[in-house]
Amino acid sequence: MSDGILVPPVDDGRDHVQGPASAPVTLVEYGDYQCPYCGTAYPIVKELQRSLGDQLRFVYRNFPLRDAHPYAEHAAEAAESADAQGSFWEMHDALFENQEQLDDRSLIGFATELGLDAEQVARDLDDGTWAGRVREDFRSGVRSGVNGTPTFFINGVRYDEGWNDPQRFLQALRATAGAA
Amino acid sequence: MASGNTQQQAGILPAGTPAPEFTLHSTPDQTVSLAELRGRPFVLAFYPADWSPVCGDEMALFNAVLPDIEELGARMIGVSVDGVWCHAAFARARNLHFPLLADFEPKGEVARRFGVYREHDGVTERALFVVDDAGSIAWSYLSPIGVNPGADGVLRALESLRGTGGSETAAQRSAPPAAERGQASEARS
Repeated sequence: MSDGILVPPVDDGRDHVQGPASAPVTLVEYGDYQCPYCGTAYPIVKELQRSLGDQLRFVYRNFPLRDAHPYAEHAAEAAESADAQGSFWEMHDALFENQEQLDDRSLIGFATELGLDAEQVARDLDDGTWAGRVREDFRSGVRSGVNGTPTFFINGVRYDEGWNDPQRFLQALRATAGAA
Repeated sequence: MASGNTQQQAGILPAGTPAPEFTLHSTPDQTVSLAELRGRPFVLAFYPADWSPVCGDEMALFNAVLPDIEELGARMIGVSVDGVWCHAAFARARNLHFPLLADFEPKGEVARRFGVYREHDGVTERALFVVDDAGSIAWSYLSPIGVNPGADGVLRALESLRGTGGSETAAQRSAPPAAERGQASEARS
């Protein structure tokens, strides 16, 4: 239905970003930590990052389908809470590597293992401190035409050719890098 | 998923058409009718079947977008040819917070009226309608049956309804001059 254009565009000040701002290709993922497809996409993205190096900037935005995935919302909030302690990507990785155990106790356990202030993460979950931030991401995804997870955007344009074909995905990114 | 027959009906009702009348069961002992829905815009999402994967995703998405739809003053309603007990089990399993209507007997009759029934498949198209507070179709969209259309079109349509002002706003606009003049009876011929 949608034009498949990312709204709002990537904002280095607000978004969770890996890779240089000068990279010719920016890949944005809208994901849900409890979504099994996102779990499948996780190592694929890692591989793309390894292959493309400084050519690629990767951005993760939250798109939890709360009623379908009861742990997805708190998992997303836990990652935001970890971000406030400077460890977003460490938590992001821990969540995708432990998708089978995302209840609050596990989330707080990950915070402990990562050397974070786990009590702060627990308080943030109780207070819903980061719920608004997660909802902002979700809304931007809906506006951008995200209709399920994971949905990817390459330089702001939705990629509909199938992320689960890693070779094709890599070629699409390389082609964009070459054209940029 | 099952794209199969890509033949699409030419007949999806376009914007500006009055929504056809309907009364359908939402539960074994409750019905929802167009007349009851007047006064508030609503989103009507036709989908082929309760348990097929894309439908699950689409309804899960609208479920998650529900707060935004309600914030825009609208209701959300799903419709398929599945029966009420099937809908009840599906809604419970997926934790859906909006009603699912059963276009079950005569099968697909309401979908036909909206121009979104697939005769050969015996299911409805995957189609979205936004109906305004006066019961007129403000926006409609026919999706490829295997593709979840997303919710951005619906939100834009609801926003533009707000922007241009429904009948409520129009009434409010015309009210002050009449009151200023204080000659309401004269205005009536």
